[in-house]
Amino acid sequence: MWSFLHKLASPPHFYGISARMIPWFYAAGLLAVAYGSVAGLFYAPADEEMNDGFRIIYVHVPAAFISMSAYMVMAIGAGIGLIWRMKLAHAVAAGAAPLGAWFTFLALITGSIWGRPMWGTWWEWGDPRLTSELLLLFLYFGYMALRAAIDDTAKADKASAVLALVGAVNIPIIHFSVEWWTSLHQGSTLLKSGGPAMHPDMLYPLLAMILGFALLFAALLLARVRTEVLHRERRTRWVRDLIMPAGEAA
Amino acid sequence: MTELLSGNDLCLLRGDRCLFQRLNFALNCGELLFVEGVNGSGKTSLLRGIAGLLDFESGYITWDGQKILDAYQGFRSDLVWLSHRVGFKGELNLLENLQFESALRSCSMEKTAAVIERLSLAPLTSLPFRYLSAGQQRRVALARMLLANARLWIMDEPFTYLDKAGQALVAELISEHLAGGGLCVAASHQAVDIAAPTQRVTLQ
Amino acid sequence: MSGQDRQLPGLMEGFIAIVRRDLLLAWKRPGDVLNPLFFFAMVASLFPLAAAPSPEQLMLNGPGVVWVAALLATLLSLNSLFLSDFEDGSLDQIILSPQPLPLLGLGKAAAHWLLSGLPLVLVSPLIAVSYRMPADIVGVMMLTLALGTVSLSLLGAIGAALTVGLNRGNALLSLLIMPLAMPVLIFGARTVSLAATGDPYAAGIYFLAAYCMLALTLAPFATAAALKISNE
Repeated sequence: MWSFLHKLASPPHFYGISARMIPWFYAAGLLAVAYGSVAGLFYAPADEEMNDGFRIIYVHVPAAFISMSAYMVMAIGAGIGLIWRMKLAHAVAAGAAPLGAWFTFLALITGSIWGRPMWGTWWEWGDPRLTSELLLLFLYFGYMALRAAIDDTAKADKASAVLALVGAVNIPIIHFSVEWWTSLHQGSTLLKSGGPAMHPDMLYPLLAMILGFALLFAALLLARVRTEVLHRERRTRWVRDLIMPAGEAA
Repeated sequence: MTELLSGNDLCLLRGDRCLFQRLNFALNCGELLFVEGVNGSGKTSLLRGIAGLLDFESGYITWDGQKILDAYQGFRSDLVWLSHRVGFKGELNLLENLQFESALRSCSMEKTAAVIERLSLAPLTSLPFRYLSAGQQRRVALARMLLANARLWIMDEPFTYLDKAGQALVAELISEHLAGGGLCVAASHQAVDIAAPTQRVTLQ
Repeated sequence: MSGQDRQLPGLMEGFIAIVRRDLLLAWKRPGDVLNPLFFFAMVASLFPLAAAPSPEQLMLNGPGVVWVAALLATLLSLNSLFLSDFEDGSLDQIILSPQPLPLLGLGKAAAHWLLSGLPLVLVSPLIAVSYRMPADIVGVMMLTLALGTVSLSLLGAIGAALTVGLNRGNALLSLLIMPLAMPVLIFGARTVSLAATGDPYAAGIYFLAAYCMLALTLAPFATAAALKISNE
């Protein structure tokens, strides 16, 4: 197990293995999303209160789930990179941030679209989950802005890793404080549909969508990290050999 | 391993450029490591790496048989650092600055008067530091080195801004420090004459 | 040489030395302390001028406005926390001193609080009175501000350490710290509002105190790591 992980952490090896993994992630992810969309949009029964409007959860909930998981991936990558000085882990953290930001953005947009018929407004400050998502988006922005401001890659890796870890400690606190704040806010307890009492015909497509989003996220992340690794290792022999095979070089 | 300070297979990159690789040295009590090279050849980076301010791409520094980052606090108490940014506060006067330094290093101020006298800083003690000339500021930085009572001196360009007498004084102080069993790592683009066992590293 | 048998320095010495030095520097350069304070007072008086609220609205929104102004004023003063140390080379000396770096980072944050947080707490009653807050609410507000600004100084020190030496560090610092500071802002402002409407507010105070303790424990280590990285 250890030797496998160790090997995976070496950039050329990762580059080779990930190339073989990505198509499988794409295929499985698309399959899950296809099932989830068809079953969720056409076969799941309409909600009693919200009619067909509820169907946006098939995009909203998976996007929100991935937006948080991406931050976790980022923070874990940053931690590993900082403690064990593993460059690949830093590349994973760097690759996860923009993806996470996009999924957060998607969750915000879909949440807002959902909110329009529910609350009669595009944005409701009283909803804790939407507000937390917004703050999460700001955290992603901060992380990416810090990376962009530092020219030296190694330094950017380490500085942004500290920030990611500080953010990871703070996210539960932010979530909790937003919730506490809104619990004092009357008339905003509208979001109850996601409970465990969901009809199985509604629930299974949702789970499939979450799984599908996760697989697609993994595929996109691997693709990003591959590019990142290639860029970072551009001076090394294996990248040169890759781009210009030995025969042509002569 | 008998040497006190050693660099092992050091390699450093700056951006896309490799400043040096497979660099080795070993230094003992009373020895000077002299780093020479043109501007931009990585002298300062090497010194910062030796002090542990900068991570090498690969390789490591040992002090007293231990990697410095494994016992960094102990290493720092054996070390005093001089660079072109002298690290004193312009608003505070010379004594206030030195007082802060000695509080950080918990060393006594007894010798201060003698050191100030020797470096001909006596008339300047009550002026805000920023009113001092560049050469005078360098002399105050030398006072820090003498007061710190550390075994390892790391000096980046110790001769800049100083007049002839000042340069001779620096050479004399380094010789004394080495004769007393200390170590010194110095980087400079100009040749100097210090009577002590010297190792040279030339960076391209 | 006496280097061999030297003891490592006492823990509090470096902490006290750095707090002392920063207070001394502020004494010689009072603008650095006063400007954020004026900024705080001005932002707090912008609101009544711009929104022209009725007295009831003013009392209702007052805590939020005071807290936002406090956050902005703190961010303003944070930018210079490590800047001069970085520029004149003191940061090298601080990192290379035999003191534990987290403790020195804590010292910098403590000095920052004494120079920006504490004056803010002391000035806030003036603004509260102009907002027609009753006297007992003013006490609650000062307590939340005291606890909250300690957290902000500690949290802000991390951001200041991460952005020191970067171009455009000023805007970046705010971008990094504001989302992290949101719990402090929410609890600070809401606690005062609760007190103003006569509701129980102790939970908010407890939260702010707990957050402050957490920041006190963890933030210095992040500050130290960030300082080392930024100073490379």
